[in-house]
Amino acid sequence: MSAPVGQGDFTSGDTARRKDVPNVFAIILQRLLLGLLTLFVVSIIIFAAVNMLPGDFAQVILGQGATPEATEAIRRDLGLDRPVVLRYFEWLGGALQGDLGRSFAQANFASFVGADAAGGTTVLQQIAPRFANTMFLAGVTAAIAVPFAVGLGILAALYRNTVFDKGTNVFALTSISSPEFFLAYVLILFLAVLNPILPSLSNIYAGMSLGERLERSLLPALTLTLVVTAHMMRMTRAAIINLLASPYIEMARLKGMTPMRVIVRHALPNALAPIINVIAINLAYLITGVVVVEVVFVYPGIGQLFVDAVKTRDIPVVQACCLIFAAAYIVLNLVADILSILSNPRLRHPR
Amino acid sequence: MADHLLKIRDLRLEGRADETWHPIVNGIDLDLGRGEVLGLIGESGAGKSTLGLAAMGFTRDGVRISGGTVEFDGIDLVNAPLAEKRRLLGKRIAYVAQSAAASFNPAHRIIDQHTEAPVQHGLMSERESEEDAMRLYERLRLPNPDEIGFRYPHQVSGGQLQRAMTAMAMSCRPDLIIFDEPTTALDVTTQIEVLAAIRDIVDQFGTAAIYITHDLAVVAQMADRIKVLLRGDEVEEAPTREMLESPQEDYTRSLWAVRSFERPEKPAPAADAVPVISVRGIDAAYGDTRVLHDVSFDIHEGRTVAVVGESGSGKSTTARCITGLLPPVKGTIRLEGEDLPPDYRRRSKDQLRQVQMIYQMADTALNPRKTVGEILGRPIEFYMGLRGRERRRRVEQLLDEIELPASQFIDRLPSELSGGQKQRVGIARALAAEPRFIICDEVTSALDQLVAEGILKLLARLQDERKLSYMFITHDLATVRAIADEVVVMKDGEVVEQGDKRQMFTPPHHPYTDLLLSSVPEMDPDWLTTLLEERGRENLGDAAIDRMNG
Repeated sequence: MSAPVGQGDFTSGDTARRKDVPNVFAIILQRLLLGLLTLFVVSIIIFAAVNMLPGDFAQVILGQGATPEATEAIRRDLGLDRPVVLRYFEWLGGALQGDLGRSFAQANFASFVGADAAGGTTVLQQIAPRFANTMFLAGVTAAIAVPFAVGLGILAALYRNTVFDKGTNVFALTSISSPEFFLAYVLILFLAVLNPILPSLSNIYAGMSLGERLERSLLPALTLTLVVTAHMMRMTRAAIINLLASPYIEMARLKGMTPMRVIVRHALPNALAPIINVIAINLAYLITGVVVVEVVFVYPGIGQLFVDAVKTRDIPVVQACCLIFAAAYIVLNLVADILSILSNPRLRHPR
Repeated sequence: MADHLLKIRDLRLEGRADETWHPIVNGIDLDLGRGEVLGLIGESGAGKSTLGLAAMGFTRDGVRISGGTVEFDGIDLVNAPLAEKRRLLGKRIAYVAQSAAASFNPAHRIIDQHTEAPVQHGLMSERESEEDAMRLYERLRLPNPDEIGFRYPHQVSGGQLQRAMTAMAMSCRPDLIIFDEPTTALDVTTQIEVLAAIRDIVDQFGTAAIYITHDLAVVAQMADRIKVLLRGDEVEEAPTREMLESPQEDYTRSLWAVRSFERPEKPAPAADAVPVISVRGIDAAYGDTRVLHDVSFDIHEGRTVAVVGESGSGKSTTARCITGLLPPVKGTIRLEGEDLPPDYRRRSKDQLRQVQMIYQMADTALNPRKTVGEILGRPIEFYMGLRGRERRRRVEQLLDEIELPASQFIDRLPSELSGGQKQRVGIARALAAEPRFIICDEVTSALDQLVAEGILKLLARLQDERKLSYMFITHDLATVRAIADEVVVMKDGEVVEQGDKRQMFTPPHHPYTDLLLSSVPEMDPDWLTTLLEERGRENLGDAAIDRMNG
């Protein structure tokens, strides 16, 4: 039989049955494959873009007085003289096996101190701890920001067009429009200098206890919370308000339900898809875009490593960082897609 | 009335549009005793729904109560604090909406929505309320009453959802239920099940009800008294039988008269006449799902063939095959004896011109950003090659033919037209191609009865003047009676019966035709009761439900 689609029962009866509800697993599998394909395309773009950066490692390290022979020697050592396509596939093959190559800068340093160039640090060894730190900060921030933003959005929708709603909006917009370093310094001023509650430096290192790590990373996390709250809160509010004119919301009101229940139980479950997507984009930002905050708080995250690598033309590190950033975006969007699909009861419970 | 439940005095409601408040309801008085059913009838825009909601002390956004009182069992609903109103809503006053599919929350199971009111109002535990829901489902003759509640709304058919919503309204055993057009979106066969179920349960629990509808025959079955509204004013009010036998006001009588429009019978086409459209044994499928099987019928010059059946019976799919939007898998379609290519993309411009279509939703079928002149000018230019002044003259002629003065309407946008006017523009657009054959897909079902009658009369006149042939898709048998020459009855993608109108409306019928015909509500207030007795109460509905579920 045709699906009961609103008032159009007899209008679309004939057309509705065409759209057989696809299997959830089929959709998810399709998304996964698409994600992999995207990652592959992105890897090509990254490799091409990084190789097109003006200047190369050899020139940067040797400075202006370098002889062409010396430059050439370093390039040969690093394999930079070989065709780009070949290097791409070597890199891709390595990356697939978890080998992201060797850092030029570290290799260079190693050769200065007399060690064998091949014995330098691998990119993976260099990136892994930094990435773990970044994920830790992103996790702490998400744990604070997501409930905070969604809660605020729900309250703003509940008290829409009141002083509370407008105040929340102004607060969120102000914090998103201010530069991150400014927010960071304001927080340092109030929470570290005037009221020394939290440390203003977040230089965490291996071997620190979890509690200490948490305390150290709280200020950057709060700064980032201010940055990402606005999007999520405003989307939550808008997605909920969008549904308030639906007949089923009117029905809930006419059953005598309280406004809070109407919003949380009747509107929110149907508004999840857009909210999930905005959360995913903001979480991806937390992994990839927090260089400024890392610098201000001297937090040893992946962002600083990335910027340093670009400065020294340390191509393997730059490529690896880019690949991780791209993967973070793709994975988070994939998860958001899958969760959105699962939030749709029509797909979860086919007829 | 000694036992007053609801007392409305001089109620005034206003709606906000274009920055000002416009009156919607102008000073209505309404009384309702316990266990009494009042029918509220009028065309769209009469303020029925707004009044119905105001009887619950509720107004939609952009509507306000500007005067008068609403008293429910001694409680002033206009001035009561929100929290106090919330204690009444759902518990003592309940609401049944027009579209159950839209009014059930898609994210929750049916039974969870059912138990919400009793649990939140503190009347029952969740478990008790679930038990009660199953008993109510059984009483409302839903199939698998113990199991159906645990489905999600999209997993249940429209007619079943409507009954589940009635059960939900009953969950707290309210004193008053507002039914807002609960059967308007349903097929006639399904409508009967829902009407019987509602009447049954309202009787059993002695619930008072306000039954809002635009369908007189329906309200005649349900209400003890009828109140007629016209643009926010009361026209008259009387007990049902009295109202049906001797309506006092002209407007009420005009509502009655609509159903009396009927075209004179036409002579049968000559035996050797070539039909304008001949559908020969077509099968059609959406993907792997076969939706039409061996459909054949002819439509002769100047005649109307009505295609009737429930939703999902394949009426619109047949139309899509004829227009070439959905090429059939098997069979042929002939235009004046000549085979048409199955796919519209392979048809010549002239073949395309001969087959035109008018849609149910004039609202969505007209481009909202084009003026009437542009909408009509496009097919004139495309098919007839007319431009500039000639084109404009032709547009004016067309507007003249559909009885809309060109000077007033040619530069208007669809949003500046009423529903009936939009449908007229839709007709003019089809006429612009000067076709031989027009498919009318439920063209009057979104319109009020008076407006619909105007459209039917217009179509009839155009047919006589231009010898047009119509395929008239409808689920409304009153419309069939009014304008059809021949009838094709479809069910589950097959033609179950066809013949000329008189033959179709005289027994013996195919059992399915019989079910369709006998399901059309009649003005007689005893119609439903008699019909239910005839069909035998016990298996009532189950047969039709089985049919619905295929």
